[in-house]
Amino acid sequence: MLEFAVELFSDYTARTILLGAASLGIVSGVVGSYAVLRKQSLVGDVMSHAALPGIVLAFLIMGVKEQLPIFIGAALSAVLAVFLINLITSNSRVKTDSAMGMALSVFFGLGLVLLTYAQKMPDANQAGLDKFLFGQAEALVGKDVLVIGVTGLFALLVVGLFWKEFKLLCFDPDFGGTMGFSMKSLDLLVTAVIVSAIVIGLQTVGVVLMSSMLIAPAVAARQWTGGMGSMVILAALIAAVSGVTGVALSAGLENVPTGPAVIVCVSVIAFFSVLFSPNGFFTLRFKDARSRREIKKDYVLKALHDLALEHDDPGYAHSEKLLALGSEKGFNVRKSLLQLQEAGHVERAGEENWRLTPSGIREIRKLSPVGSNG
Amino acid sequence: MSPHQFDIQLVAVIVAASCAIPGAFLVLRRMSMMTDAISHSILLGIILAFFLVKDLSSPILIVGAAASGVLAISLIEAVNRARLVKKDASIGIVFPFLFSVAVILLSKYARNVHIDTHSVLLGEIAFAPFNRLILSGMDLGPKSVYVMGSILLLNLLFISLFYKELKVSTFDESFASSIGFRPRLIHYLLMAVVSLTCVGAFDAVGSILVIALIVIPPCCAYLLTDSLFRMILLSVVFGISAAVSGFWVANWLDVNIAGSMAFVCGVFFLVVFLLAPQRGLFGIMREKRRQRMDFAEASLLVSLYNQEIGETVKNHPDSRGMFRSADFASKVVEFLKRKGEIAVAGGKLFLTEKGRERARMTVEGR
Repeated sequence: MLEFAVELFSDYTARTILLGAASLGIVSGVVGSYAVLRKQSLVGDVMSHAALPGIVLAFLIMGVKEQLPIFIGAALSAVLAVFLINLITSNSRVKTDSAMGMALSVFFGLGLVLLTYAQKMPDANQAGLDKFLFGQAEALVGKDVLVIGVTGLFALLVVGLFWKEFKLLCFDPDFGGTMGFSMKSLDLLVTAVIVSAIVIGLQTVGVVLMSSMLIAPAVAARQWTGGMGSMVILAALIAAVSGVTGVALSAGLENVPTGPAVIVCVSVIAFFSVLFSPNGFFTLRFKDARSRREIKKDYVLKALHDLALEHDDPGYAHSEKLLALGSEKGFNVRKSLLQLQEAGHVERAGEENWRLTPSGIREIRKLSPVGSNG
Repeated sequence: MSPHQFDIQLVAVIVAASCAIPGAFLVLRRMSMMTDAISHSILLGIILAFFLVKDLSSPILIVGAAASGVLAISLIEAVNRARLVKKDASIGIVFPFLFSVAVILLSKYARNVHIDTHSVLLGEIAFAPFNRLILSGMDLGPKSVYVMGSILLLNLLFISLFYKELKVSTFDESFASSIGFRPRLIHYLLMAVVSLTCVGAFDAVGSILVIALIVIPPCCAYLLTDSLFRMILLSVVFGISAAVSGFWVANWLDVNIAGSMAFVCGVFFLVVFLLAPQRGLFGIMREKRRQRMDFAEASLLVSLYNQEIGETVKNHPDSRGMFRSADFASKVVEFLKRKGEIAVAGGKLFLTEKGRERARMTVEGR
């Protein structure tokens, strides 16, 4: 494995490919954060699928597999899809989700039609056009990486320049509007940035899975941080690491297309974050269970104290059954008592009876306000 | 038309009809993008089941794969329960993952078998006629007609049994639960039906273009009717016509059939979107123009009427001045003259009896 890694990093071609994957990751992590925060994750999905007819048309018109025309074709057809979605939703009662479903499937369908048409053409130039479906990083050459880098830098530059404005757009567009920013043009600009991220991912990840490259890193980063800056940086890092790992895996294992390999890496990080981050699924469950346990313990302690006070003796022992009487069904009083015993707050007085220890009485004082009877 | 072509169209028609039926409810419930999630996710189920039974048209495979669709939906809902993941993002991270795992398994372990990454995207309806059902030496037609036909029957059965429940829970979920309809159960049943349909259609149209057949025909119907029953009926009609014409377009250009069906669906929607009598773009524009003209006419009449009864509007000694341009003003005057509601004499406007009546009715708000 190590040998493989060394070989990977010393080889020029491999270095080029990994550089491409890393820069793609950085850009999609940063840009994807905006898609996720604006609840437009699925728009990314539509745009990446919708890029397909543009790619093939660019090829059919130019007759060569040049990167720049393909980028432009892809971007134009993705933007056209978004434009149509807006046109349909603002002029009919068809809802956004349906309009997106339609745009996605029609553009992709048209792309496949064009693709099968191009594949019938006599010259062999179109070979590899279908690599845009699932991506193939091995085909990246130095020039491609350069174009990826320049496009990516442009996207990052726009994000940097409009940092404050984009933030307003994500969190409070109405307020942004009253401040005199044109939210409409900012919206267009964000769309343009997302499109450029999608376009540079076409060769590596492919149109089918590119949306996940935008969404998953941002979702993962969001679980760990609440700051916009830290989220964007973390998302970029996660995406770059997954990009490089995925490309390496796909190169190292036979018959594994690059796109799915990258997406599996980035999804694993996203799912891990959703489950185990401080706000994650399991962490919240765990915190819930702990606070329930504490509340039960406090309840038992207080009940013991209240009963004892009726005898004017804080150390008076009471039976477990009596304590259980006042509590809810399914409440395991003994479990809480044993936990309290471990903490030294109560002690056994006979088989079924328990009494507060001095430490338990001190604990009660901490729980209830001084002077009150509760 | 050769028997081969007939068989392909027969399969396409059945697929389109089965997709359109649950599609109508998905569109109304604003869950169209769930189709995207389901149709991608079932691929993993199909492949895992295929490794087990080694037969793409086995009922076990279809049911197993459909279960994976429902599983994906539950997974999305579970991820959604994490505090910081929005609905759209939870859809967007679950299905690409399942799809990626499926594609990797497919390209790594299932090479040169019946399914490959191309058929996943393109479908292979063109091969449907070759896989025939032969019982005791008798050729009963393509197998997929029977598989898809059963799914169509099941869909029909589902909506006829639960029509009332589906209708109420689609339009008013809280009312549905208050009268004891259990909308969650209906939701999962619908998801199961969609999954089953996607699995069945997978063979024919692949896992992405099935979205077109599920979402687009109901959207066309949605712009043409307000009745749920008619919407379902129209969806089926649109689906079937798109399937047949899509086939002929593909045949003519010698391109992929499924992609061409999706494209024709899009063309259908475009036509309906532009030309639908009341809800089409042109219809809406015509209606807006009519309202604007109506308002301008009434304004002019009322202004003249006010001058007649002595409440002269100082700003507009000539009422025509109220309009944004002289062109528009003379157009309004022309319209009113043709209706016989005003008369022009010496460059001045006068109300006719008919015009006075309309102005009075407008002022009195009748």
